[in-house]
Amino acid sequence: MKPYMKDPANAAMKLHYEVAKDDFARAGEASSKIKSVLKQLGIEGGVLRRIAIAAYEAEINLVIHSEGGTVEAFIKPDCIELYIEDKGPGIADIDLAMTQGYSTANPAAREMGFGAGMGLPNMQKVCDDFTIESEPGEGTRIKMVVNY
Amino acid sequence: MDLKHIAEVTKANVIAYKEGMNYEVKAAFSSDLMSDVLAYVEGDVLLMTGLINHQVIRTAEMLDLKAILFVRGKRPAEDVIQLAEEKHIVLMCTQYTMFSASGRLFQSGLVGVEIGS
Ligand SMILES: Nc1ncnc2c1ncn2[C@@H]1O[C@H](COP(=O)(O)OP(=O)(O)OP(=O)(O)O)[C@@H](O)[C@H]1O
Ligand SMILES: [Mg+2]
Repeated sequence: MKPYMKDPANAAMKLHYEVAKDDFARAGEASSKIKSVLKQLGIEGGVLRRIAIAAYEAEINLVIHSEGGTVEAFIKPDCIELYIEDKGPGIADIDLAMTQGYSTANPAAREMGFGAGMGLPNMQKVCDDFTIESEPGEGTRIKMVVNY
Repeated sequence: MDLKHIAEVTKANVIAYKEGMNYEVKAAFSSDLMSDVLAYVEGDVLLMTGLINHQVIRTAEMLDLKAILFVRGKRPAEDVIQLAEEKHIVLMCTQYTMFSASGRLFQSGLVGVEIGS
């Protein structure tokens, strides 16, 4: 896995959204906005779909697992990059978190239809490049790239 | 199968985006786990679920799904219906349980989503 590095060079457009902890009613708005901007730009359907899934799973994780954070999208000539950063609590065992079926989601998240332990593996599956780094007590950073 | 036929077979009411009732779906997926929907569903698929929150609409939006059938007599709140209208997603409600609604549709020729092992 490549180290997490934000690379703003040659980004034609940058989108930035704040995502609040436990804000279930608004969860998904950032991903929805990213999807509609990309659609307006004429980005191809398959790429659009993969970005939408990756962004949405990551955004939901911010809402249900983190103290809140940001979702950013860099639109580049050859790819779309997503950067997800949060303020904690971080993930102690990333391999375990990446295991399909592993979830620490609380009852409120499960009632919303989440907590299957599918999100992180699915994010990795739909992206061409996936990086996750985390420090317990600090936060988690995820970079996802989808090439055209 | 077109949505009109689906509504007939499941005796469903249409509660959002009636304009889309002549859409066609090729398969259906029944689940209350949105992450499973996000992992397994692709293409023109009917989502059947007993969940009625915003996230169901958002999930359908991300996957470009055109229709959701709510089972067990569940009906989402007005703001959830409004979101579906905005996103041009047809919402239908049936009294049948997930199993019975799925069974009726399967019997009428609608197939399930096949997932790789
Ligand atoms: N941003 C985050 N901050 C802290 N912990 C996280 C974060 N994202 C994921 N995790 C941890 O990793 C686990 C697995 O995440 P994953 O997205 O795969 O599944 P889930 O969110 O629990 O369920 P699903 O995504 O299927 O709804 C979570 O249950 C949680 O313990
Ligand atoms: Mg998740």
